[in-house]
Amino acid sequence: MSPTPDDPLVLVRDLRVTFTGGRAPVQAVSGVDLTVHRGEAVALIGESGSGKSVTLRALLRLHSPKRTVMEGTIRVVGQDVLALGGRALADYRGKVASMIFQEPLLALDPVYTVGKQIVESILRHENVSATDARKRALQLFERVRIPSPERRLDAYPHEMSGGMRQRAMIALALACNPQVLLADEPTTALDATVQIQILLLLRELQRELGLAIVFVTHDIGAAIEVADRIAVMYAGRIVEEGPARTLIRAPRHPYTLALLQSRAHGALAKGSRLQTIGGSPPDLAHLPQGCAFAERCRFAADACLATQPPALELAPGHQARCLRTEATAAAANAVTAMA
Amino acid sequence: MSADDVGGPRQPMLRVRQLVKHFPLKGQWGRGAGTVCAVDGIDFEVLKGETLGVVGESGCGKSTTARLLMHLIERTGGEIDFDGRTVGGRGLTLKDFRRQVQMVFQDSYSSLNPRLTIEDSVAFGPQVHGVEARTSVSRARELLARVGLEPRRFAERYPHELSGGQRQRVNIARALALQPRLIILDEAVSALDKSVEAQVLNLLLDLKEEFGLTYLFISHDLNVVRYISDRVMVMYLGQVVEIGASEEIFVAPKHPYTKALLASMPSMDPDRRTQEAPLAGDPPNPIDPPPGCRFHTRCKFAEPVCITRVPTLAGDGHAVACLMHEPGSGHSRAAGAAA
Amino acid sequence: MAILAGAPPAIVPVVFERSPGYWATVWRKLRRDKVAMAAGFVVLLLVLLAVFGSYITPADPFKASMLSRLKPIGTAGYPLGSDELGRDMLSRLMMGARLSLFMGITPVLAAFFLGSAIGILAGYAGGAVNTAIMRTIDVFYAFPSVLLAIALSGALGAGITNSLISLTVVFIPLIARVAESATVQVRGREFVEAARASGASAFTIVRVHVLGNVLGPIFVYSTSLIAVSMILASGLSFLGLGVKPPQPEWGLMLNTLRTAIYTQPWIAALPGVMIFITSISFNVLSDGLRSAMDVKQ
Repeated sequence: MSPTPDDPLVLVRDLRVTFTGGRAPVQAVSGVDLTVHRGEAVALIGESGSGKSVTLRALLRLHSPKRTVMEGTIRVVGQDVLALGGRALADYRGKVASMIFQEPLLALDPVYTVGKQIVESILRHENVSATDARKRALQLFERVRIPSPERRLDAYPHEMSGGMRQRAMIALALACNPQVLLADEPTTALDATVQIQILLLLRELQRELGLAIVFVTHDIGAAIEVADRIAVMYAGRIVEEGPARTLIRAPRHPYTLALLQSRAHGALAKGSRLQTIGGSPPDLAHLPQGCAFAERCRFAADACLATQPPALELAPGHQARCLRTEATAAAANAVTAMA
Repeated sequence: MSADDVGGPRQPMLRVRQLVKHFPLKGQWGRGAGTVCAVDGIDFEVLKGETLGVVGESGCGKSTTARLLMHLIERTGGEIDFDGRTVGGRGLTLKDFRRQVQMVFQDSYSSLNPRLTIEDSVAFGPQVHGVEARTSVSRARELLARVGLEPRRFAERYPHELSGGQRQRVNIARALALQPRLIILDEAVSALDKSVEAQVLNLLLDLKEEFGLTYLFISHDLNVVRYISDRVMVMYLGQVVEIGASEEIFVAPKHPYTKALLASMPSMDPDRRTQEAPLAGDPPNPIDPPPGCRFHTRCKFAEPVCITRVPTLAGDGHAVACLMHEPGSGHSRAAGAAA
Repeated sequence: MAILAGAPPAIVPVVFERSPGYWATVWRKLRRDKVAMAAGFVVLLLVLLAVFGSYITPADPFKASMLSRLKPIGTAGYPLGSDELGRDMLSRLMMGARLSLFMGITPVLAAFFLGSAIGILAGYAGGAVNTAIMRTIDVFYAFPSVLLAIALSGALGAGITNSLISLTVVFIPLIARVAESATVQVRGREFVEAARASGASAFTIVRVHVLGNVLGPIFVYSTSLIAVSMILASGLSFLGLGVKPPQPEWGLMLNTLRTAIYTQPWIAALPGVMIFITSISFNVLSDGLRSAMDVKQ
């Protein structure tokens, strides 16, 4: 049980999350493998219903145990997360891994000052005096670059601006020195000029504190700004994963390629139509037998419909779950050549 | 051109002069607690057949402007002319105006009545304007087919049974049902997934061509605005800071705020990630905004003159409201300053 | 797109995919809620009892007998005992369902229509109209409902009609308040703005877009008031302000039997048990209805 420094901080193997609350069980996540090392930022990108947020919440066991079945392995800093109970789980949340959310106004308690919430969190997890906890809260506020931190500690969440609140939530998440920071669309609700500030702050924290960051977003640009590696999710699976550079320049899964091409961006000629993906994502209650993307894929062959494609190692650290990676590569190259 | 056209193609579709909207804040014990200057004296024109993009951060007044244009809220001051005629004045009643101008909102769910089938929602507008129920429903079905929703499958469904993208198509069909000439799209694609957004943007471009529409396209997503707009208007704290042809704004922006906004867009190149945030802090509150140039609190070129002197929006075609571009304004970077 | 272009082909029937409407969805969800369904079953039984109770009573509910006063439960000929005048309790309880339910439902129904109208008007008009209506309602709201009902009944004089009127007046402010807040909520939704942007008049918007969205929640709230109404009506009868003897009504029965509380406590409690069962059933049913109507998204 003594992890060596080289062990990954987050190790997820064959994670399956099924929601059983509705009429038919919904397979929100069906077989996710994920490895995150110390000081590494991984972005999970995908569209709504892809399972990216569900995967992230599973890492903190935030899903209601009554209506959720979780299978597979999640090891975070050597702890078997799915086996944690009661007290151990409470200790794990915040002290080992903690999370920041999209809407800090909902995640922060409106009736306490932000400073008090941070002090509370420190006191709950650690045996320190209230004065020391307050001192640490102040340091955290300086750490996340909140101007006039002394005064802001005594502010209520609604008295802060959006960007400031997000910084305060990051400070709260870091209160007990976690090694893993989970971020669920942390910049989606923010203005453009504020979003970039928060992205840069996350990058700085990752570098200086050696945090492992798992960052969920639907915005490829935000992912590129923060992540070393990007994992693209579709219908509950990671369909492609690799270093950010490789994934953007040489995507090998047709879905990644389509996602990149469907973006409106500066280089587009006026009046030209955007590339779109026909159809819609599969019903997670009735997943197809084969590749979940095959129905919408322009390279799909008969084999794609028959079986689930295995993860194919294309280069060290670059994998895709696709049988037609070569066709995708050719198409991706053709686009690059044209540009 | 439509039969409603009165002024010919060279007359602007919409001319807005000195539009103002102030919301008084009620303080404790009935004392006034300041004024929210949501929109503070803006002038612009929307030309026939063009798409005018409006960008800006929260609090810049872009959504308030949309609601003012639709006459959904009452303006504090200013004039709105539609095709050369004052709304509510001679020749153009409010009801008539509302047939010719329609709006699509951001929240696709909230903008549909959950108790009505989508064909009834689409048919509602024409019925208000005296179209017989049968005719309006069959026309609604044609429109649903036109926006890509097969009437046989979708016409009698309820909004909660549709995906976000499908609902936004319904909202577009509803706006089209009155055969309007101008459609105001208020963050109409912002809540959609990227691949769905691309489909809806393509649809909007097709419809514009087919029905000879004019769009006022409000969005915080600069990539999308650049893609769809002919001209772009940049707003900051209730005022227009820059307006001009889309490519000029994006390639050669003049106002420091526009420059910062563009530089805040996440990089799409993993090797050229943003190193420094272009602006610090959040956009200030529109309650009692700063004097002089409203951007001076965040502008790195700000000089004492920016606090005292209000810049005017000037320039042919590409207009900018910045003292650096106002000859003889007293700013050290303005033309004629050294002489 | 055969349905749109030209004459439809004769053979292919045009079938629209009709989705289950809102109320069908609510019913499906309600059916899965076993507790609410059980409560609904009890309510149904009570209603049947109210309608047919007088025809199937085992004995004459009005026939007094000095010899068989306050017989205990289980006495031959008196399965639930007899009251202080020797009348058969079972028959009186069965017959009492009619008046008790009538006193419970009628004021709520009347208040549902009047209160909804007032609340929707206040909510949609907003501004000064809203302030005037809602402040007036607040005045009524400030009185405890029991006191208000007693005071009104007392002022109007005893009798069934007067207690119905006073109960209706008690419930109007409660329902109007719920109607107002539901309307204000719906009014802020963008589909109402879209309807205004289509040039629709306020009346049309209320008729098409507001009513359908607010009547459901108001109705659910109103059903929860039926229990309150029954208890208040019983209270009025208990005080002699409502139903007059010898009419069997549970509240009145509770009143007249109070003298027997030391001799036959079980019999004295029976009308109270009926009131309790009825009010619990209505409450559970309206709770179930509320959660069933909370359709996702």
